[in-house]
Amino acid sequence: MTPGAGLYDPMYEHDACGLGFVARLDGRRTRETVEEGLQVLHNLEHRGTTGSDPETGDGAGILTQIPDGFFRKECKELGIELPGAGSYGVGMLFETGEDDDLDCGDRLAEICAEEGHELLGFRDVPVAPDAVGKVARSVMPRIRQFFIGHRGGDGAAFERKLYVIRRRLHRTVEDSHGCYVVSLSSRTVIYKGLLKGRQLSRFYPDLGDAAFASALALVHERFSTNTLGSWDLAHPYRYIAHNGEVNTIRGNINWMRARESRLRSELFGEDLGKLSPVILPGQSDSAAFDNALELLHLAGRSLPHAVAMMVPEAWENDELMDPERRAFYQYHSALMEPWDGPAAVAFTDGRVVGATLDRNGLRPARYSVTKDGRVIMASEDGALRVPAEDVIERWRLRPGKMLVVDTERHELLHDEDVKKPLFGRRPYRDWLDEGEIHLNELPEPGADPRPEPATLLQRQRAFGYTIEDQRILLAPMAQNGKEPDGSMGTDTPLAVLSERPQLLFSYFKQHFAQVTNPPIDPLREELVMSLKMSLGPEQNLFDETKKHCRRVLIDQPVLTAVELEKIRALGDERASSTTLSTLFPVSAGEEGMEEALGRLCEKAESAVKGGSAVLVLSDRGVNEIQAPIPSLLATASVHHHLVRAGIRTATTLVVETAEAREIHHFALLVGYGATAVNPYLAFETIEELAESHLMEGVGPEEAAKNYVKAVGKGLLKVISKMGISTLFSYLGAQIFEAVGLSEGLIDKHFTGTASRVGGVGTDALAREVLERHRSAFAAAEDNAEELEVGGEYQLRAQGQYHQWNQLSIPPLQRAVKTGNFETFKEFSRHFDEHSERFATLRGLFGFEENPIPIDEVEPAREIVKRFTTGAMSLGSISKETHETLAVAMNRIGGKSNTGEGGEDPRRFTPDENGDNRRSAIKQVASGRFGVTAEYLVNADQLQIKMAQGSKPGEGGQLPGGKISEYIAKIRYSTPGVGLISPPPHHDIYSIEDLAQLIHDLKNANPRARVSVKLVAEVGVGTVAAGVAKAKADHITISGHDGGTGASPLSSIKHAGLPWELGIAEAQQVLVENGLRGRVILQTDGQLKTGRDVIVAALLGAEDFAFSTAPLVATGCIMMRVCHLNTCPVGIATQDPELRKLFTGTPEHVINYFFFVAEEVREYMASMGFRSFEEMIGRADKLRMREAIEHWKAGGVDLSAILHRVEAPEGEAIHHSETQDHGLEKALDNELIERCGPALDSGEEVYFEQPITNTKRTVGGMLSGEIARRYGNEGLPDGTVRIDFHGVAGQSFGAWLARGLTFTLEGTTNDYVGKGLSGGRLAAFPSRLAGYSAERNVVVGNVALYGATAGEAYFRGFAGERFAVRSSGAHAVVEGVGDHCCEYMTGGVVVVLGETGRNFAAGMSGGVAFVLDEAGRFETLCNKDMVGLEPVESEDDLELLRGMVERHLEWTGSERAQHVLDDWDEILPRFVKVMPHDLKRVLQERQEAELEVVS
Amino acid sequence: MGDVKGFLKIGRKPTPKRTIEERVQDYRYVYEPMPDEELKGQASRCMDCGVPFCNTGCPLGNLIPDWNDLVYREHWEQAIDRLHQTNNFPEFTGMLCPAPCEAACVLAINDKPVTIKEIELSIINRAFEEGWVVARRTPPERRTGKRVAIVGSGPAGLAAAQQLNWAGHTAVVLEKDDKIGGLLRYGIPDYKIEKWVVDRRTAIMEEEGVEFRTNAHVGENPTTGELESEFDAVVLAVGALQGRDLDVPGRELGGIHLAMDYLVQQNRRVAGLPTDAEVEISASGKNVVILGGGDTSADCLGNSHREGCASVKVLTHGPRPPETPDDLTWPDWPFILHTYPAHEEGGERGFSVAVMGFSGTDGHVEKMHAVETERTQDGQTVPKEGTDFEIETDLVLLAIGFTGPVRGRLLEEMNLGYTDRGAIHSENGHGTREARVFVAGDARLGADLIVTAIAEGRKAARQADEFLMGQSLLPG
Repeated sequence: MTPGAGLYDPMYEHDACGLGFVARLDGRRTRETVEEGLQVLHNLEHRGTTGSDPETGDGAGILTQIPDGFFRKECKELGIELPGAGSYGVGMLFETGEDDDLDCGDRLAEICAEEGHELLGFRDVPVAPDAVGKVARSVMPRIRQFFIGHRGGDGAAFERKLYVIRRRLHRTVEDSHGCYVVSLSSRTVIYKGLLKGRQLSRFYPDLGDAAFASALALVHERFSTNTLGSWDLAHPYRYIAHNGEVNTIRGNINWMRARESRLRSELFGEDLGKLSPVILPGQSDSAAFDNALELLHLAGRSLPHAVAMMVPEAWENDELMDPERRAFYQYHSALMEPWDGPAAVAFTDGRVVGATLDRNGLRPARYSVTKDGRVIMASEDGALRVPAEDVIERWRLRPGKMLVVDTERHELLHDEDVKKPLFGRRPYRDWLDEGEIHLNELPEPGADPRPEPATLLQRQRAFGYTIEDQRILLAPMAQNGKEPDGSMGTDTPLAVLSERPQLLFSYFKQHFAQVTNPPIDPLREELVMSLKMSLGPEQNLFDETKKHCRRVLIDQPVLTAVELEKIRALGDERASSTTLSTLFPVSAGEEGMEEALGRLCEKAESAVKGGSAVLVLSDRGVNEIQAPIPSLLATASVHHHLVRAGIRTATTLVVETAEAREIHHFALLVGYGATAVNPYLAFETIEELAESHLMEGVGPEEAAKNYVKAVGKGLLKVISKMGISTLFSYLGAQIFEAVGLSEGLIDKHFTGTASRVGGVGTDALAREVLERHRSAFAAAEDNAEELEVGGEYQLRAQGQYHQWNQLSIPPLQRAVKTGNFETFKEFSRHFDEHSERFATLRGLFGFEENPIPIDEVEPAREIVKRFTTGAMSLGSISKETHETLAVAMNRIGGKSNTGEGGEDPRRFTPDENGDNRRSAIKQVASGRFGVTAEYLVNADQLQIKMAQGSKPGEGGQLPGGKISEYIAKIRYSTPGVGLISPPPHHDIYSIEDLAQLIHDLKNANPRARVSVKLVAEVGVGTVAAGVAKAKADHITISGHDGGTGASPLSSIKHAGLPWELGIAEAQQVLVENGLRGRVILQTDGQLKTGRDVIVAALLGAEDFAFSTAPLVATGCIMMRVCHLNTCPVGIATQDPELRKLFTGTPEHVINYFFFVAEEVREYMASMGFRSFEEMIGRADKLRMREAIEHWKAGGVDLSAILHRVEAPEGEAIHHSETQDHGLEKALDNELIERCGPALDSGEEVYFEQPITNTKRTVGGMLSGEIARRYGNEGLPDGTVRIDFHGVAGQSFGAWLARGLTFTLEGTTNDYVGKGLSGGRLAAFPSRLAGYSAERNVVVGNVALYGATAGEAYFRGFAGERFAVRSSGAHAVVEGVGDHCCEYMTGGVVVVLGETGRNFAAGMSGGVAFVLDEAGRFETLCNKDMVGLEPVESEDDLELLRGMVERHLEWTGSERAQHVLDDWDEILPRFVKVMPHDLKRVLQERQEAELEVVS
Repeated sequence: MGDVKGFLKIGRKPTPKRTIEERVQDYRYVYEPMPDEELKGQASRCMDCGVPFCNTGCPLGNLIPDWNDLVYREHWEQAIDRLHQTNNFPEFTGMLCPAPCEAACVLAINDKPVTIKEIELSIINRAFEEGWVVARRTPPERRTGKRVAIVGSGPAGLAAAQQLNWAGHTAVVLEKDDKIGGLLRYGIPDYKIEKWVVDRRTAIMEEEGVEFRTNAHVGENPTTGELESEFDAVVLAVGALQGRDLDVPGRELGGIHLAMDYLVQQNRRVAGLPTDAEVEISASGKNVVILGGGDTSADCLGNSHREGCASVKVLTHGPRPPETPDDLTWPDWPFILHTYPAHEEGGERGFSVAVMGFSGTDGHVEKMHAVETERTQDGQTVPKEGTDFEIETDLVLLAIGFTGPVRGRLLEEMNLGYTDRGAIHSENGHGTREARVFVAGDARLGADLIVTAIAEGRKAARQADEFLMGQSLLPG
């Protein structure tokens, strides 16, 4: 696609994958190692993917040591004389340049000569093009190798020189991709390409050569969201292969660039200048990471050291961490921000090979050590088939930990072995003690109040404060220390379409993680989160000195006025500050602001050059003649100016502003470069409020503290929804999209920010500032000394426009009650006219007319089949409402959606009158409430909710008050206990995980379409392409404005984009990639009228979901109190009295949908479409309305949305084919056949079955068959038993139904027992294994996720997040990683050994018993929601002993035997983990029973 | 927000009233204040709706959920500030407004609405008691030097005058009567609003700098020409006091009067002022028939009781409205049988009655001849054959609506045109064919609610301010 023409931007491509390495501790270079590497690749193929061409992979590659014998042989034939082994470099070159002028060879020769080394010659790498797919072939580069002879200096110096040569080549070639050096090293060589793993060795015959030997092989199989693949993007890169994503990449790149001018290196000397830019623009995050790592390493740090610097452990809040380790990380945090995101990084320099995991352990990394000294590390265990008896250690990388194999010293180094030497390199702790000073340690400043010329009220008005800001935002924050919730989405205009002056902040929308990386739960997984920041200049990145950590520490970025004064008063080189005013003279008018900005940047530059370590940008002093530049504009502008000037890291930006008050404001200021913010007017306002009615019982000081706390929590939420853990790496990361700002403004002041619809420039922003200023200082003597009312959150007649209002709600309700289409028109006219004037992007569209008679148009009864109601859970809405919607949709052939709350099995059978209350769409969300095999088989569509419009990147919540007996039963939880769904699906941390879940669901119910729900944001098109490649049948793109039961207000308002952008981008990218035909595209988000449907269809949607409007049709009057359980019309409530007030009927809903369909027909007739299908994707029939009167909307440019990708010949622009799920290859087909007698007549079946890691979701399809026939009851216990042996793949035993028993002699990977639905699982190591079961890993990460019932016995260790969100499984395991029992709501977990950190976070039900032999459990348990008790009661003793006995019975566990043998002695060391909520509810129940008795 | 579950715990409690026996003996205010605790409970019933239909249903856009909460939390001073943001004269609306806000209240869907009007009145009463309502004088440096005439001193005119004065203009109110207040003064009976309430507010306005000229028959004194030369802008707020009359045989008989004539006389009498009338109209001892079913008719009814009439009947052309609204009406003003305190005090209510004529002796009415009506299928109300009947009466009051402003010399000379309803033709909001002449209230709309009149006055003021200054920061 032509860059810039549409909405696609390659910057937003993502990849994830399988990776692995094989290494020999003895360092012997062998053929086997290379072959084993290739075998790993082969066995991880399911983690990669293909695009529209099934033979073109997304990329695969292998990195080995230089096979000297091989090259010597080859070069001899070519007449190239190689120096001795290690004394020459091998370059691997991809050449795609067609231009004759571009001869990479000539350039190379020149550069080598200039650098004093000799280019020895070239070798055309033999390739077999027929081994790859046609797409890959069509973009295949010429592949050559070249050889450079070493002249003098040591090996390391030679590597540096090769690096310089490579960088110079890239620099001299304008399009570096035309001449891409895959690797250039005297130690390693990389073979990679746009291939599938198993094609690699066929394509490169070199790899099969008997002389091609190495002691290590690093391999990678790629899954990219996009198929516009390229050969360069395959991994490995020169030093790494990476599985994951760097969420902070934009900031990391900016900071690296900003540091360049301060870099000094003795090792590089003069060469340093040749390396700029140190990170090449326009590459993937992995490539950028590789660039940075390479630089750090070649400038002198060891690879492990550099990796630990870039991907530090979560040291900030870990009080248990070894002080030396902590000092090391703390010191290095002064040098560089973390490259934050989920990651398994494998790295090598050809001598050592190692791997590390991100701080939260979000990627799998398993390793085995064999008797003969091989170390195999891979995303999955079993990737290299090694006989069980040969394995002596089977373990996994833990969060933040590292594993290194040193092939020269023949050492296997575990984390402590690798890092301990690093910690002692320097006296880090002493340096820190000396150099760092914490804000709290600074002396109180002398009284220096900064007088303000204007009154509080005037200033509040000048900065746009409203009563609503006080009442709805600030007061609750200051009173309760947390951001308030809202509900029902947002229906106010986009900032650029609002007629009321908007703050610049409102033009930006937060970005969030979906699919390709997980959001984090900042509350339940707080241990990885940090808001710590520091002030002070950075030093040379390559050095390590005492001076590097001279800085002022702050715990979080919100400073009080006093704290800011303390910093100003410090004045040493850490904080010598200059305060720059960001005011401009009102008299200079709208143009005055841009001029003032220019002056501000100049002053900032000279201040930094003059040595200011802190720049305070201040808007204090607003008065009748001076108005403020928007603080965000001033911040971003200065930040980018200093980055461009190369002096950015010499200073720290602090913003002293009256403007910032909402969490979104602080997120933006930090995101554009502010290390700290003093929101002085917010503090003053809170002080004033502390004495008012809005805050009771809270004094001003406490109120200010609470406010800071609330902002902190909110910031954690904002960064975590992007999957970022530390605010420090969020600094300057620009994770926003602008909607409604002009290109000029963005390029100049917000460089690199996504902005795709154009919009206003600085003059319009200035006009908004001046309007506020005028109302503040020229106000008429009003009759009330009050602020404006606001009306952003709740409608007010004199405030912001809301689409759902007094003029739109009544006509809709009247129309559906009377069936009067004319009344409905009154309703739709209201929206359509208003959206035209000032509410939505779609309002700016017009249509090409070409009328035909309406009776030729497809009938409404067909059109309504494309309609669904949105995902609203039973729980958030009442039973009556939920069933009314289901009945209505079933009657018209549309679909209703369960939402995330399960479904009453009674609804699976139609009523006597023929009505069907079953929801055709069953949602599978992160909480997995009530997701049983039976639930899954009773669906026509299974929807994986990756995100929801009102709060993308966050989990749901259902307050305890709404959890009645009925709701609790369906959700498998406890009545009265609030429920949380995690922000991420814990089985989806990346795109290949999503593919796995899709596969799991498809197995459980092959008849249902699998849908993936995404939310519009920049890059959603590439995500959608990835999702299509992950084999989803259906994709929903939600708009940002959709409704909700409960969301933080800033999420409702500021995250996500309008669906117009999302659906258009998805359509464009899918068509471009030839994937559009495979999926059905749906959109939702405040769809209301026929016109909305038409716009969405023309942009590419074929299905439409509606939520708010059908609710309004059944009586909703937009109270926005769904989260309070007080809905007065019986919709969003579980209160039995209020539910009686529900008056909606299926007829109301049906009337509504037919009205919409009729309107759709009218538009279709006017445009000349007879069938709906022919309208889909016809963006060419849309145009931008002419004569838009709105003063701001004029600058909006919709051409990127309207851009229509020309589909390649024969490629569809709407859904036209079915996905190939490959279910016929599933092992379950065989299992089902062999279990026939059990399925048909309940006969007992037993057999044995070998298994490998490539067999995935074993048991899922079989369980679906059982659920389909026997429901959740399944078969009697003991009916089927299958004994497996081998290494099982992912999702072993998923949804396992009652009556099935799977035993596994061997090990398994991630997601074992996912959604366990009553079956029994047992896993234990092979009897032949060369290790002790209780000290090694037997199951991978995230076992028993969402299990609702059943038993599981695992002899050995499990990975992270064992039994996460389990609501019923009874499981025994002998050791677990971090986050065990997270969000658990039911069932029993017994851990007969060690646990990781954060045990029981968010656990509100069920119990756990932990054998705490080391007495450390209390420190590892997260006691926010649970208490620890001894095991005493008869019931508990019986339960625990019974489970241990069964563990012994099913796994033969020695550990269990030992516990039972010494029961009385060991029992006191068991700790019972009891959730407070459960305890309270049980107590209440007991009391209630007593009352009844008495 | 206060108590999110308040509405589940507490039912609506009507505003307490003095007993009928007591109140018909005098002209003092009918209602009694609600104890603070109870009022707080009533305020807690407010649900703080996402779409507050009360706020949009109120022509002034009163910030009702806001001040309900403030009352619930007993922050009375902030409550009056919030109330004054949108409403210049909450005491007038608190006493007189029929409360479309309550009809629009979300609780009215399946329960009884919040007692919004009572809360409003309590806020302003409290504010006056506490001395929080004080004159706000515009500082001399903000004075614009522009002069604006406001013709008419009813609620629309007073609101316009206060707003324009605050904007820095010199506002001069011209009133044809001897006292300020328009309908408030001589139209509405004291038992609904005692006249000191009006005086209290106009005194404050005078202190703020508004100039009042009574007995000013604009058109005559000052003349239209004088008006134009003396002022930079004019706001016409002359009301819509031309009563609708009947054209039936016997209408010319004595004892048949337009309701407003009776109300004005009675108000003057209550105020101890001479009526200066050719014919004194009194219900004392009479068998009174009041035609019409609106507010004016109810006012006649209340006065009749208080004067000691022998009997009184209130007769309406249309059929008896239903007691409860249908479910399609909300949030609009429902067509139901409205029962005011005056109806509780006695008298008969008749429906579906058409007047055919009057007869009497000595030029005075003795009988009204009437017939029952019925609704045709197309919604017409027509006489029902064979249902003729007679009613004995010696005082007939016609309260069957108004036909627009009284068309005096001023309007003739200004020649601004009229609407179908007989109101003054307006353009672009409150503008007229004359650039500097603006029109507000009943004069522009025809007879309407007092709350609408205040809203009109505010908006016209903003428009006049914009005309004078190029831009306006006045709300509205």
